[in-house]
Amino acid sequence: MSATSDRLQTIVSNVKKASILKALERGVRLDNRKPDEYRPLSITLGYAKKADGSALVKLGDTMVLAGTKLEMDEPFPDTPNQGNLMVNVELLPLAYETFEPGPPDENAIELARVVDRSLRDSKAVDLSKLVIIPGKKVWSLWVDVYVLDFAGNVMDASTIAAVAAIYNTKLPKVEVNGEEVKVLTERTDVTPLAYPVVTLTAAKIGNFVVIDPNLEEESIADAKLSISYTPDMRIVGIQKSLGGAIKLEEIPQIEEVTRKAASRLFSELKNTFGIA
Amino acid sequence: MSGQIFVMDQQVVCPGDLLAEGDFEIPWSPYIYKESNRYYASVVGVVDVKNGTFTVVPLKGSKYWPRVGDTVLGMVEDIELYGWTVDIRAPYPAYLPASSLLNRPVTAGEDLRRYLDVGDYIVAKVEVFDRTTNPILAVRGSDTGKVTDGTVVSISPSKTSRLIGRNRSLLNTLMSMTGCHLMVYPNGMIHMRCPSSAQEEAIKGAISLIEIEQESRISDLTEKVRRFIASKLGETNVSSSAEA
Amino acid sequence: MLAAQQRPRLIDERGLRTDGRRPDELRPIRIELGVLKNADGSAIFEMGNTKVIAAVYGPKEMHPRHMALPDRTVLRVRYHMTPFSTDERKNPAPSRREIELSKVIREALESAILTELFPRATIDVFMEVLQADAGTRLVSLMAASMALADAGIPMRDLIAGVAVGKADEVLVLDLNEAEDMWGGADMPIAMMPSLNKVVLFQLNGTMTPEELRQALELAKKGIAEIYQLEKKAIKEKFVEVS
Repeated sequence: MSATSDRLQTIVSNVKKASILKALERGVRLDNRKPDEYRPLSITLGYAKKADGSALVKLGDTMVLAGTKLEMDEPFPDTPNQGNLMVNVELLPLAYETFEPGPPDENAIELARVVDRSLRDSKAVDLSKLVIIPGKKVWSLWVDVYVLDFAGNVMDASTIAAVAAIYNTKLPKVEVNGEEVKVLTERTDVTPLAYPVVTLTAAKIGNFVVIDPNLEEESIADAKLSISYTPDMRIVGIQKSLGGAIKLEEIPQIEEVTRKAASRLFSELKNTFGIA
Repeated sequence: MSGQIFVMDQQVVCPGDLLAEGDFEIPWSPYIYKESNRYYASVVGVVDVKNGTFTVVPLKGSKYWPRVGDTVLGMVEDIELYGWTVDIRAPYPAYLPASSLLNRPVTAGEDLRRYLDVGDYIVAKVEVFDRTTNPILAVRGSDTGKVTDGTVVSISPSKTSRLIGRNRSLLNTLMSMTGCHLMVYPNGMIHMRCPSSAQEEAIKGAISLIEIEQESRISDLTEKVRRFIASKLGETNVSSSAEA
Repeated sequence: MLAAQQRPRLIDERGLRTDGRRPDELRPIRIELGVLKNADGSAIFEMGNTKVIAAVYGPKEMHPRHMALPDRTVLRVRYHMTPFSTDERKNPAPSRREIELSKVIREALESAILTELFPRATIDVFMEVLQADAGTRLVSLMAASMALADAGIPMRDLIAGVAVGKADEVLVLDLNEAEDMWGGADMPIAMMPSLNKVVLFQLNGTMTPEELRQALELAKKGIAEIYQLEKKAIKEKFVEVS
């Protein structure tokens, strides 16, 4: 059952709310960003050495660590020429004061499913590269996204972390003898990532739209719209969230803003972090 | 006060139906909401347009929205240190301070059960209600107090106006045909005192008929109820009370 | 059995869909209010072969009390599929999909219900999918919206929603099961039509930005049609009160 909750327990003072709106009227945000400006991004590839691939992503104060594990498996009967992809997101108790241990709640599940759909529908993960013996043996690629610091727009950070960790994953070398598979310690140069995908979240606050909302902005936002893109600017997933509404005609306008930001983010991923 | 009203008197509306545009001085109501300068209905209801202003009377709803000044009939749910918790079929439990019923200060530890026990019916006025606190009741005047005789039945609060009818037409018909005395409270509670159980059963049947048959016109409904009671109590009784 | 080999043609040479509809045509809709005795409000909503029953209890006192919110009603929402609603039996334990959709539906209902009217209280909304044949989240949301109207709970508008998808690269309104399974995109969207506001919006699959804009236009038309049917279902019970 899904229940309304004030899970962050951040009652933002009315004065603060007013000052956020007042700043937006002048076209700036309280952290001095422009409405369409992303927070500084950093990515550390291979951060967790025991993982098959990993990435620590910082987006402003938000911090997310993603790690991958490959497990040998059988393919699903209807997709004999594809490996398996599984995405899980955990909102850790250490990420925010009121988060508690336990199985993923609806927020973590929603995050995981949006990231999963973006990766799957975009075909950003080339599942055919995960095949060892068609119809018999494939790799299952587990992507576990761990939110370490919950400071706004965990959605976008989670997609970036998942993509970077998959990019960082190099498939092991294997020796195939009939139906026998021997996994070697050496790695190939093959990554299952065909191309990156990004998710861009815009928050609607009163009559204003900002991208990459920080926690304060999120806690007073009416609604959020998360749109995922491929490098050739196909839309590969949309999720509206929070309990407010968005005017129909605002959607194309917001999409234009997120698309431009997506394009800048792809350049940054490519030029600064080599992920393309 | 200026603007345009888009609905006609007695029109049935749905949530989201545009009622008017402009600036009207209408009493606060949960059944109407305003966005910028537009007024919309928030429930399924009937519009009352009068003297250049409008209200919405809900047609659906099993909950009573407390209004200060209403006299309601409720059931005691719990006994607290200085008063009673009363179910008045609102989203919130009501509170009746014992001092209001007893007309004197109450000392802690006094056995309030002696005056009102769990399961007892009480008629009281809504004295305070502003949504930040639960409704507070008061016993004031001869028409309030513990219910000691008769029978209590209920109907959806949104259907009380139909039970009463325009100018009490339906209610008067019910009373004159059966000889019962009926008190209908806005929270859908009905207190009745009847000469015998046959009349009581006839009234109960008529009330469930009104509860179900809410789609018909009130004039048709009155006729239907007349026929129903006639079938239960016999024609002689009907013709004599119809003349009365 | 290869997936690709089973993929049927979704649009025939006449431009019609597997169930004979035009690309911009809705499935038949049937709405019934007040179907349950105990609930404060209830409704059955059918769209083609998808059928959902919804019930509303409340607003009522919130228990446990510490879960109550000082400034608005707590909505508790459950979207659930009966085990017999699908071709293969669905495990009745809530799946990750059902947990996500319960959240998405709750947030949509929160946009519509005037929750600030009932601080400290709670409203429970339960939806059971009885037959699943594409579009269950939207049909559930609409059933809930009808049940809320039936309960007399104040809300900004009725909610109407429809999915737009791609079948053989053609944009189609109100996906059926085949189009849901084999089509290139599924974009469920729900609105408060008289306010022109979107309360639920998702996209699975892929679309170009241009297709997205066309899909929104197509959805808007379908939603307007459904909205009229919803109003009719409510109003036909009430002739003018004299």
